[in-house]
Amino acid sequence: MTATATSARSDLSELGRSETALRTFLHGLPGVDQVGAEQRAAQLGTRSIKTTAKAQAIDLAIRMVDLTTLEGADTPGKVRALAAKALRPDPADLSCPHVGAVCVYPAMVPYVAEVLRGSKVHLASVATAFPSGQAPLEVKLADTRAAVEAGADEIDMVINRGAFLAGRYQEVYDEIVATKAACGDAHLKVILETGELATYDNVRRASWLAMLAGGDFIKTSTGKVPVAATPPVTLVMLEAVRDFRAATGRQVGVKPAGGIRTTKDAIKYLVMVNETVGPDWLDPDWFRFGASSLLNDLLMQRTKLTTGVYAGPDYFTLD
Amino acid sequence: MFEYAPAPESRSVVDLKPTYGLFIDGKFVDPSDGGSFKSVNPATEEVLAEIAEAGSGDVDRAVRAARRAYEKVWGPMPGRDRAKYLYRIARIIQERSRELAVLESLDNGKPIKESRDVDLPLVAAHFFYYAGWADKLPYAGFGPNPAPVGVAAQVIPWNFPLLMLAWKIAPALAGGNTVVLKPAETTPLTALLFAEICQQADLPPGVVNIVTGAGETGRTLVEHPGVDKVAFTGSTEVGRAIARSVAGTRKKLTLELGGKAANIVFDDAPVDQAVEGIVNGIFFNQGHVCCAGSRLLVQESVADRVLEALKRRMAQLRLGDPLDKNTDIGAINSAAQLARIKELSDAGSAEGAERWSPPCELPDRGFWFAPTIFTGVTQAHRIAREEIFGPVLSVLTFRTPAEAVEKANNTPYGLSAGIWTDKGSRILWMADRLRAGVVWANTFNKFDPTSPFGGYKESGYGREGGRHGLEAYLNV
Amino acid sequence: MSERVAVRKTYKLYIGGKFPRSESGRSYLVQDANVSLASRKDARDAVVAARAAVKGWAGATAYNRGQILYRVAEMLEGRREQFVALGVPGDEVDAAIDRWVWYAGWSDKLAQVYGGANPVAGPYFNLSAPEPTGVVAVVAPERPALLGLVSVIAPAIVSGNTVVVAASPAEPLAAITLAEVLATSDLPGGVVNLLTGRISETAPTLAAHMDVNAVDLTGVGDAELAVELEVKAAENLKRVLRPAPAEHDWFADPGVTRMTALLETKTVWHPKGT
Repeated sequence: MTATATSARSDLSELGRSETALRTFLHGLPGVDQVGAEQRAAQLGTRSIKTTAKAQAIDLAIRMVDLTTLEGADTPGKVRALAAKALRPDPADLSCPHVGAVCVYPAMVPYVAEVLRGSKVHLASVATAFPSGQAPLEVKLADTRAAVEAGADEIDMVINRGAFLAGRYQEVYDEIVATKAACGDAHLKVILETGELATYDNVRRASWLAMLAGGDFIKTSTGKVPVAATPPVTLVMLEAVRDFRAATGRQVGVKPAGGIRTTKDAIKYLVMVNETVGPDWLDPDWFRFGASSLLNDLLMQRTKLTTGVYAGPDYFTLD
Repeated sequence: MFEYAPAPESRSVVDLKPTYGLFIDGKFVDPSDGGSFKSVNPATEEVLAEIAEAGSGDVDRAVRAARRAYEKVWGPMPGRDRAKYLYRIARIIQERSRELAVLESLDNGKPIKESRDVDLPLVAAHFFYYAGWADKLPYAGFGPNPAPVGVAAQVIPWNFPLLMLAWKIAPALAGGNTVVLKPAETTPLTALLFAEICQQADLPPGVVNIVTGAGETGRTLVEHPGVDKVAFTGSTEVGRAIARSVAGTRKKLTLELGGKAANIVFDDAPVDQAVEGIVNGIFFNQGHVCCAGSRLLVQESVADRVLEALKRRMAQLRLGDPLDKNTDIGAINSAAQLARIKELSDAGSAEGAERWSPPCELPDRGFWFAPTIFTGVTQAHRIAREEIFGPVLSVLTFRTPAEAVEKANNTPYGLSAGIWTDKGSRILWMADRLRAGVVWANTFNKFDPTSPFGGYKESGYGREGGRHGLEAYLNV
Repeated sequence: MSERVAVRKTYKLYIGGKFPRSESGRSYLVQDANVSLASRKDARDAVVAARAAVKGWAGATAYNRGQILYRVAEMLEGRREQFVALGVPGDEVDAAIDRWVWYAGWSDKLAQVYGGANPVAGPYFNLSAPEPTGVVAVVAPERPALLGLVSVIAPAIVSGNTVVVAASPAEPLAAITLAEVLATSDLPGGVVNLLTGRISETAPTLAAHMDVNAVDLTGVGDAELAVELEVKAAENLKRVLRPAPAEHDWFADPGVTRMTALLETKTVWHPKGT
């Protein structure tokens, strides 16, 4: 509570100048009770979204998908196909909106850029020695610059979890600041890798740290560790962006990533956004899903709503 | 904007009869004087059914049936067999839980998500829990030969109709007692469906008898010389009258009465969860909860922040059709209760407290009250002292832990209390000093069949739930 | 040499650790002594003293309360002959001493036997523990004057309650002498307050008093008065122990019900999480 107990629009830019100031601030944030947070998330998950509300939610969710492939086996052909799908998720139904972005490794950015050129689909690239972040800072920054130069307008960086867990907040902060600078005009999403942060208190602190350092989005996960996005983690991050805007006036986006596979899951997240931070965040500019298989389930459910018949996976492309 | 479309739970699962008789000696029977009353859906004012009103002759028949069953069947029955009947009832409740939940919401006005996710699971769990005690009574810590008390007269309120029935009937039957239960006149329907469940379970006739009616029926029942035990949940006023009426008898008495619980929020509280706890504490079940956290005591240094967050959260509450799966706040149970809530709220305004409700459209028909908070309340205000039993929160501030304890205890009631702080030693210090039967720390309104529930001071005496809850139904 | 003139004792009330006369200035002749005839005002003063003592006594450690109850037994043992001289049979004094010892040991066991963890179906720590109910008004049994009195006081105070006791009107001397024992046993003033005089005068005041949490009507022999007291007690929902049957055997094992009847159960919940 003490952290936000200053009057609205406080200037928090000084905090990054000292380890002590950062620590005092982050450890002064209100605690998160695990059981209470998980219950609230579960409770929001019991909302029943039907008919018109469901149709609206599905289209919104499609527009929020960061259609992702982050495999060692990714090839130009594979990512081109993915980008094509991002533009026209359902070739049979042109009323179906395009997704929010395509998310790939830096080496794949040029091939995706060719396909997306001229469209409104964003091109996101992971960077900063994704997924571990275990590389020298200069390497990470070069990684970032290369991705931006190749055409990425969004960068998904990973924070240094080792430094964070060791309490070296300044180091984490400085890396984010430096990466943000390397991004130029590209938007910076900061991946907290919440599955490695272990507690909701840490998720809240890391969220604030990333926002204080200039992140445009905070993102849950790389998808490369066993625990990815969960509703309660996302809830805690949504509370953080809400409180951050109240404190500073700056709005930051949220991206849960990994493990979100069904329309039902996606709608639960949208309900959570709606009831935690409100309609200002119900927009692809402020909320994204990092996902791959989710899109086809959204398309199947969408078809069910328009045709009244349950579809099967054979009727949707598998890119 | 993301508007949720209506998501109503289907009513078709409930098979309402136009009229209901009394359940005496295993059968539904007409009342001897033919009296009746109507039970209405408080969300629509639609009449749901015509219910028999038990007169003194009917109560007498029920008590005699219970006595016979106690002496001939249930009292002598081995505990392991009583246990099997209780397990059977628990299972049938699980099997028919959707039907019971919908009926509860129809008759009571509570949101289906609460009857479905809170009331019904707890009802089944309560029968399961006490079923297990039926053949283990000598190990319950009340001596090697605990004996049943006999015939129990049980009078329950309208706020958790089926759950209060479970709290009364399960331990009574486990202990070898038989019962005559009177549900509240505004919410008799699930008790009558429970009677059908007793039939379906082949429970011996007379073990459970349900007599419907209003206050007079209840009075006749608790004053009947043939009952050995009286258990009542309801207002402190009626509890007082019952305590007087059993004076000079050997009737064993337990009372679960009103409350005016303090929910205390410190400056180091996990604030988002505290706000959920405040909301759950006062708006759960429209605030028709005896242990509701109806007084928010918030540390002055964070009062503005907490209130801002609370108001923001209250704006998300969805009031309306109790059968809509997205409804958070249902209907007020009756016109009379609505009048009481309005009267006390008006007194709050008149006494100078500041009233706030989120924008909230109330349906045209039925009984409704918007979630409301009063700030600038002092201990001297009526809304800080009297139980409102509605979705109305009084907000007071404090400066130190000692002041919080003093204010929290400054009430004739003592049912529950809440503490929100991240400091463990402060929780335990506070918990020691709060004069309340249930203390929720960093949580609120949690219930479990294993956990004893009941009050200090004018909130009543005796405990329901857990091993402690058996004591009320055993001669120890 | 003339025979020494004995110094007679004045038998007074015991309120708040002091031995005042009745504020009414009245006494009655009983057991060859002028004993204070307590008034309604004395009863109210006793309740105030008892309430003031609750915080310290209930807040004392169970170990400390047990030590003090045991100290009462020690002091009573030392004064055995004094009670015999008052006409209390020796075996009754012995039983009274032993009763203090029995209850003394309960102080730090009650919470273990009557409290405990509840395995709730969720991620919560949940613990129930007994607590004293507060101020208890007690009508002591008429007879046996000493053992009966000890048998109602000890179970009430062992858990941290404080008491206002109306002593046996017919045999009050043992009660007042017991008060002298209590006053020299490190028992804080106000934990036990003793009124002598007419039950019909003091008991209704105590039963109706809104700052009393429980009434123990054990010694009320008059059935009509018992009903009146129970009705009065209902006003603030006092816990009520009804009169004991006339044939009650005070020498028998007392069991635990006198203690548990004057306890509240408090249940504390807390989430378990990281």
